[in-house]
Amino acid sequence: MAEISREDVAHLAKLARIEMTPDELDHMASELDSILGAVKAVSKVATSDIAPTSHPLEMTNIFRPDVVKPSLTNKQALSGAPAKDEERFKVPQILGEE
Amino acid sequence: MADIFATASEMASAVAKKEISSVELTQAHLDRIKETDGKVHSFLFVDESGALEQAKAVDAKIAKGESLSPLAGVPLALKDILAQEGIPTTAGSKILEGWRPPYDATVVTKLKEAGVVILGKTNMDEFAMGSSTENSAYGTTQNPWDLTRTPGGSSGGSAAAVAAFQAPIAIGTDTGGSIRQPAALTGIVGVKPTYGGVSRYGVIAYSSSLDQVGPFARTVLDTALLHEAIAGHDERDSTSINAPVPQVVAAAKRGDVKGMKIGVIKELSGAGFQAGVLARFNESLELLVAQGAEIVEVSCPNFEYALAAYYLIAPSEASSNLARFDSMRYGLRVGDDGKRGAEEVMSITRDAGFGKEVKRRIILGTYALSSGYYDAYYGSAQKVRTLVKQDFEAAFSKADVLVSPVTPTTAFKIGEKSNDPVAMYLSDIATIPVNMAGIGGMSLPVGLADEDGLPVGLQILAPVMQDDRFYRVGGTLEAALLSKWGKPILANAPKLGAK
Repeated sequence: MAEISREDVAHLAKLARIEMTPDELDHMASELDSILGAVKAVSKVATSDIAPTSHPLEMTNIFRPDVVKPSLTNKQALSGAPAKDEERFKVPQILGEE
Repeated sequence: MADIFATASEMASAVAKKEISSVELTQAHLDRIKETDGKVHSFLFVDESGALEQAKAVDAKIAKGESLSPLAGVPLALKDILAQEGIPTTAGSKILEGWRPPYDATVVTKLKEAGVVILGKTNMDEFAMGSSTENSAYGTTQNPWDLTRTPGGSSGGSAAAVAAFQAPIAIGTDTGGSIRQPAALTGIVGVKPTYGGVSRYGVIAYSSSLDQVGPFARTVLDTALLHEAIAGHDERDSTSINAPVPQVVAAAKRGDVKGMKIGVIKELSGAGFQAGVLARFNESLELLVAQGAEIVEVSCPNFEYALAAYYLIAPSEASSNLARFDSMRYGLRVGDDGKRGAEEVMSITRDAGFGKEVKRRIILGTYALSSGYYDAYYGSAQKVRTLVKQDFEAAFSKADVLVSPVTPTTAFKIGEKSNDPVAMYLSDIATIPVNMAGIGGMSLPVGLADEDGLPVGLQILAPVMQDDRFYRVGGTLEAALLSKWGKPILANAPKLGAK
């Protein structure tokens, strides 16, 4: 049985905010299926007595003094904006979509 | 006359002694790029005027008698994943086409302070996802040894630039082997420092628990000089280690391995590796023994699961990191017709801006992190990570450094693996466990495979923040190989240019 269906991929693409064409979805489903077949080997050795490692360094909560330092100007911060309006980023509508 | 075939140390010393100017040296490399990059395609952007300006500034300091860093005036190639103020930075992706960062990465700041001349930005697999540069949105880089083959990846442009004498030193990043593998495939030296050894501020993130910045060069000493120039704590990177930088330059110059225990990783030195790769690997071991080292065998039984765990952990982190490319504040925006909402524009932009492998990994990561699958995939992968770390700890209790070939094969043909993701992933089988554990490693060229005449790399690994150990072993072996060959390995490569 396939690990992942075309419908699964369509749902994941929606979650990841990538609008895929039907053709892309077909390809992706079969490729992901073969990748998942290869990577599921991890569950063979991952027994409940092993603690997970999320990061190579054991460090938590790195703090620095809360001091104002020079930073980007508005102009610099807006320099790569796809659209801007005066001193602000201009974005497509977020609320009130039909 | 500027000699582009010299080492970076020789170039720096010639500049410091005013035998040549940094401007002449920089111009010679710019000329070389013009002459050869049509064949190799290492660069995505060459900053001719900026480089000459930086060189001029170094020459002015020398004229005033100011003291200079050991690499002052030497040209460098920068992987296009590091932000450089005002210079196009794409990470090999269409989604960042035309973006000019308003700031410098900390590594770039350090290079500028050291008087290193940045020639331009090098080609790479999109967002560092790949092992061949074939996933770049801007075309593939060709291996200077054989233009029908890949230079490896993801830092393939940086490695090819150094191997093709377009730059004596370069910067790359290594998430699963992206410095060590291209170094091995192009016959140069590449180092992935200990995780946290070099700041990642201003480096476009792929998989944050694995990514590390590191140096490329044609000699171990040049690699160490660049390593020392970029390493050290940075308060702008909370994952950078607040401890003294390992003494890598002194280690590179030391030149002996007497009494050192070299651990051969049993699981990475036999089946699945090309005969010519194993032959050069075994010769290297003999040379190290002749230099006074002792060889011990170590076993890392859980490495066989590392590749699988990596291809869950890295895509999971990537799916989160790449959420920032949302078409709102910088980068590409497609489909904004005044009617569509933000979410729809975002989805259209991400489909248009991301390449196939990037989409594949984002979707895979989204799946591995989704409820119902988390424990089986991401959770299990994190447990494998613990097992891999424990394998390394056990191995380092028996040896000072560990060794293996860097890659199972020499450079593969362009197109050979690009339609089979799993086959492509296998080329990183020996390098990936290193990133999982956060330790550092070097790829050292140790000769050419008999069957194809292409370079072979030896991987040398050391425990966390003991990076000096692989420079000591690498420097010693490099000298032994040089006296055996009578000429550097790159003297065997095609000339490419007219000179």
